Amino acid sequence: MEKQEYLDLYYQMVLIRRLEEEAAQLYQQGKIGGFLHLYIGQEAVSTGLISARRPEDRVITAYRDHGVALDVGIPAKKVMAELLGKATGVSKGKGGSMHMADVEKNFWGGHAVVGAHLPIAAGLALGDQYQNNEGITICMFGDGATNIGYFHEALNLSKVWNLPVLWVCENNKYGMGTSVERASAVAEIRQKAEGYNIPNSRIDGMNVITVREAAQEAIEKVRSGEGPYFLEAVTYRYRGHSMGDPERYRQSEEIKEWQENDPIGIYHKYLTDEEIATEEDLEQVNNRVENEIEEAIQFAESSPDPEPEALFENVYVEE
Amino acid sequence: MARITMREAISQALWEEMERDQKVFILGEEVGVWGGTYAVTKGFYDHFGADRVRDTPISEAAIVGAGIGAALTGLRPVAELMTINFAFSAFEHIVNEAAKLHYMFGGQFKIPLVIRAVGGGGRQLGATHSQTPDAIFAHFPGLKVVSPGTPEDAKGMLKSAIRSDDPILFIENATLYQVRSEVPEDDYTIPIGKSKVQREGSDVTIVTYSKMLEVSTKAADQLADEGIQVEIVDLRSLRPLDMEPALASFRKTNRAVIVEEGWRSYGVGSEVASRLYEQAFDYVDAPIKRIAQKEVPLPYNRNLEQMALPQVDDVIKAVKEVL
Repeated sequence: MEKQEYLDLYYQMVLIRRLEEEAAQLYQQGKIGGFLHLYIGQEAVSTGLISARRPEDRVITAYRDHGVALDVGIPAKKVMAELLGKATGVSKGKGGSMHMADVEKNFWGGHAVVGAHLPIAAGLALGDQYQNNEGITICMFGDGATNIGYFHEALNLSKVWNLPVLWVCENNKYGMGTSVERASAVAEIRQKAEGYNIPNSRIDGMNVITVREAAQEAIEKVRSGEGPYFLEAVTYRYRGHSMGDPERYRQSEEIKEWQENDPIGIYHKYLTDEEIATEEDLEQVNNRVENEIEEAIQFAESSPDPEPEALFENVYVEE
Repeated sequence: MARITMREAISQALWEEMERDQKVFILGEEVGVWGGTYAVTKGFYDHFGADRVRDTPISEAAIVGAGIGAALTGLRPVAELMTINFAFSAFEHIVNEAAKLHYMFGGQFKIPLVIRAVGGGGRQLGATHSQTPDAIFAHFPGLKVVSPGTPEDAKGMLKSAIRSDDPILFIENATLYQVRSEVPEDDYTIPIGKSKVQREGSDVTIVTYSKMLEVSTKAADQLADEGIQVEIVDLRSLRPLDMEPALASFRKTNRAVIVEEGWRSYGVGSEVASRLYEQAFDYVDAPIKRIAQKEVPLPYNRNLEQMALPQVDDVIKAVKEVL
């Protein structure tokens, strides 16, 4: 890896972290409505994963989608504008936090019903298989999604049809407030993939390099025609499930323990310890992010709301 | 013109569209090796192969979900649900995904997906396999819901549906598969979202669709013998709902009976009657009548089942009441 690639990973993770910290503020000020599910703590998963894909590889995820949106290359200002519901948002202000997508970036959303996007991901992969395309589909979801029927239908179908799909479970230990142990018959989610004879592995989702390397290997396996692969990335979200989460289900010591294992902190230390980058290099990246976030907020706040006519646009392709 | 059955009409539409466009493929339970539970895709597997006539596991959510995903990549899948009663297992993907994604992502996604499903009662299949829940699906903006009543319409509308860039639920009625009618032999299409006057008359307007078009036509034949001329408007599409032919007819006859196979409460008849009252109130000469299924889960026993379903006599009685 070139130095710039290392710095890009750092940049992406800091960009997600900072955008979401600001989003939390804007939410408290009432400028962002609806639900806001923060990705803070999980940045290494999406960043490592997306850094390993080719442009022809499709990405689809659940509602905790800001990190993925930024990692696939949607400009921060279009993400922020969508959070504020503006016409300049990536989904023209009609999707909001949970429903961001950008077809140009091969990013297929942003889906808010737990597990429902997994059968759709199987279909995306089927589309590429049918048309003999090179691309694969990377489908991300939380541990909670592995308890709903859609997960099982989709995994089964992907194996039966040998579909080019990489299933990525972000095991952040909780489905809303219910711990994996209380909700899933198996605590190691990858065991569920075993049930469908899908090759799998369980990795440290807090280390961006670990995620990237595992993703590269898995993506090439899938691309070579071996069928689906299942990756379980063990991670942790620092914030509540969404902004209205009272967090009665976990102790502050637990959160603190994981924060000491922070993906950005770990990576920062790795880059300086290994002398890949200097403190000055990283400070430069931080400054670049600050400017971008500032611009994004300014852009979003000064952008217009959708015109009233937009209400009836895009219900159908053909009226 | 060729005289063919509804089954042949649907089968021909699928076959011709698959010959015409490599992007069209079928997925569903028993569509391939078996040849379709209702033999609609008989011979397809041998001709088009396993990639284009895809047998699926019994996984309705995955059938519709994978259809959506494949459609997003530019393909034109025809997802078959063995019966519309199993559409409830795919409800999320029909109404919460297919119907929403184009709008929700600001017009970026296109879903050229057809979901074929067979509905209707009268075959002694019991409460879980005999429903006509069309109105439920027609409730959702973003989805188009059609249900033709003649072979000619079925063939032309299925072709339009396959060529459309919107998700369309195409509802067939199992007891209509053997119905025959004249069908043009050229490559014709019939637009989605257009109602049609299937029979002209001056005394009473019947608004109906699908299986109940057949029932209403039989009633109209008998009424004609008594000198009562019934005009029949076939909705063909439930969403978008084209009210113009029904309104024009009602302004002429000033009397209407709406006949549907599903339950009366919150049904197609409720919607059509409301619109007639709202848009043609000055033309109302008699309270509009609704004929629909009795409000019970359909029983197995043949006599009880027939009692619950709308019959020719029910329609005749209603027409005489509004006259």
